[in-house]
Amino acid sequence: MSILVNKDTKLVVQGITGRDGQFHAGRMKAYGTQVVAGTSPGKGGTTVDGIPVFDTVEEAVKATGANASIIFVPAPFAADAILEASYAGVDLVIAISEGVPILDMIRVTPILKQNGTKLIGPNCPGLITPDEALLGILPGMIFKKGNIGLMSRSGTLTYEVVNMLTENDMGQSTVVGIGGDPVAGLYYIELLEMYQNDPETEAIVLIGEIGGDAEEQAAEYIAKYVTKPVVSFIAGQTAPPGKRMGHAGAIISSGSGTAEEKIKAFARSGVPVAKEPSEIPGLLKKKMATATA
Amino acid sequence: MKIHEYQARDIFNKYGIPVPNHVLCHTVKEVEEAMANIDHLVVVKAQVLVGGRGKAGGVKLAKNKEEAVKAAEQILGMDIKGCTVEKIIIADAADIEKEYYVGLINDRNSKSVTLMVSAEGGVEIEEVAKNNPELIHKFNINPQTGLLDFQARNVAMKLFKDVKLARKAADIFQKLYQIFLDTDSTLAEINPMVLTPDNDLLAIDGKMNFDDNALYRQPELLAIREVDEDEQKEIDAKEKGLSYIKLDGNIGCMVNGAGLAMATMDMIKLYGGNPANFLDIGGSSNPQKVVDAMNILLSDKNVEAVMINIFGGITRCDDVARGLITALDVIKTDIPIVVRLSGTNAAEGLALIKQTGLPTVSTMSEAAQKAIELSKR
Repeated sequence: MSILVNKDTKLVVQGITGRDGQFHAGRMKAYGTQVVAGTSPGKGGTTVDGIPVFDTVEEAVKATGANASIIFVPAPFAADAILEASYAGVDLVIAISEGVPILDMIRVTPILKQNGTKLIGPNCPGLITPDEALLGILPGMIFKKGNIGLMSRSGTLTYEVVNMLTENDMGQSTVVGIGGDPVAGLYYIELLEMYQNDPETEAIVLIGEIGGDAEEQAAEYIAKYVTKPVVSFIAGQTAPPGKRMGHAGAIISSGSGTAEEKIKAFARSGVPVAKEPSEIPGLLKKKMATATA
Repeated sequence: MKIHEYQARDIFNKYGIPVPNHVLCHTVKEVEEAMANIDHLVVVKAQVLVGGRGKAGGVKLAKNKEEAVKAAEQILGMDIKGCTVEKIIIADAADIEKEYYVGLINDRNSKSVTLMVSAEGGVEIEEVAKNNPELIHKFNINPQTGLLDFQARNVAMKLFKDVKLARKAADIFQKLYQIFLDTDSTLAEINPMVLTPDNDLLAIDGKMNFDDNALYRQPELLAIREVDEDEQKEIDAKEKGLSYIKLDGNIGCMVNGAGLAMATMDMIKLYGGNPANFLDIGGSSNPQKVVDAMNILLSDKNVEAVMINIFGGITRCDDVARGLITALDVIKTDIPIVVRLSGTNAAEGLALIKQTGLPTVSTMSEAAQKAIELSKR
């Protein structure tokens, strides 16, 4: 078990003939992911790296049984690509594209709900179930199969933490980069529920950022419904208010979304917050030891 | 992106939201000309892209030309939170019975545009939001239907018992929503919306922010965009594929990835230092990008030490190291630099850097401590 993706996941790559799409399709395939199709309007019938290319996602799904899609198209076309995948019937869409207008995502959200499509991103690095499937731009070699579930709003900070876990022989069940945008797909609460229900996940790491109140809501949810050990880290503790730190999501305004508020909320729910990323493996070990004792 | 109040007023006007007349002036002479034909009460208002101008003395009432000129002389050139006032408007003053707040924002939680209204409008609305949130009425707009007539009216009825007034307010809400959609706003506020003794509703002040990611489809906004010096640096950086924000400290940092860059700043603070900037160089080992990043970083004269923090994922650390060495060869600076590389091919990368004599470390904590130590020499 794991969450969202495993060795049976069949992936279609939207925008496979672009520079990034082509590069990462090859990497994902090399990792062992079943990359069954790619799409690029007008280039149907060709192949990229041995992967058949179709004009539409609908054709790709019909011909290959793809049940997940990953999007590498430029930001202005990302919302349309997400909807194309949703109407073609895939269960899971991962939008890597960075810089998607917020109103585009607001328009997409209710349609995904109607169609029952799960979305990760946009502006995210994707997700991985180590040794089974990599759907995204994550560096596969730093991951190790195991029992820690990890979710994060950032990319390289995630790799930093995963690398420390792997070095401490703490493998991962599934690692999900949920992306840094203010309006995005699956978020902490949905993923916490999945990790809680996944027998393979024994403990959870939540890497948050300043801005919004998703961490505060996650803390409340953990107190009510999550029995597995959870450890957290919040980036941006020293960021000045009103400044956008690269991620559109990482902006503090009107006194809400500060690191201090988030840390307090986690403390109330019994979730230790690491002062620096290197504390995470130690905090996890401690939490897991008390959980089994 | 932000715009001035007078620009927001112009947009409101175009969509039929009632706004009192105003004249834009850049000089006292223009104010004299503007007041030649005016013999009623006016408000002289500073036009700056920061809040809090009322408290700073940037808004004054004037009964006649002499008073308006005097107010303009005081306000033009005034400094408000680091912004020099270069423009003012002379706006017709309205008779005010009561002030209301109307705002639209993108709400992360409901993943929709949220309409917020309150009968407690005016400058203290943020205090109201903090201390009496129940006085702010919220409504999440379904993007598939838009703000329907009855929904707008029902929200308006929370502010006005008189149904005629409620209909007028509902019309303003719907027009503001249309503006929000058409301009890719992230915030559209009328504060205050005032009720006059004649039972009219007027937008007395407006604030709008826009989604930078949508500016590519907003040519009219791009045409009126104004940027200050710090913002210009940030825009220049963006054009080079970098994300830069100047801060007040003395430790410059260069990092790949926004989350890691924030964590790096936190780490510098945690060990008693002060970060000079946020700088995300993204995922590339291109030496030119490192040169550009170093140039931006070192253009800040407060920088006394530099911490380079790279996690190699798909980008290999040895490639990054080669990029750094090429870049440092071009730049030649006396400011001490500490390099931390981790992840893919970190050992090879660190070995390359060592040959240059720069201090190298393998963890973020060590890098932060070393950078602080070097800054004190």
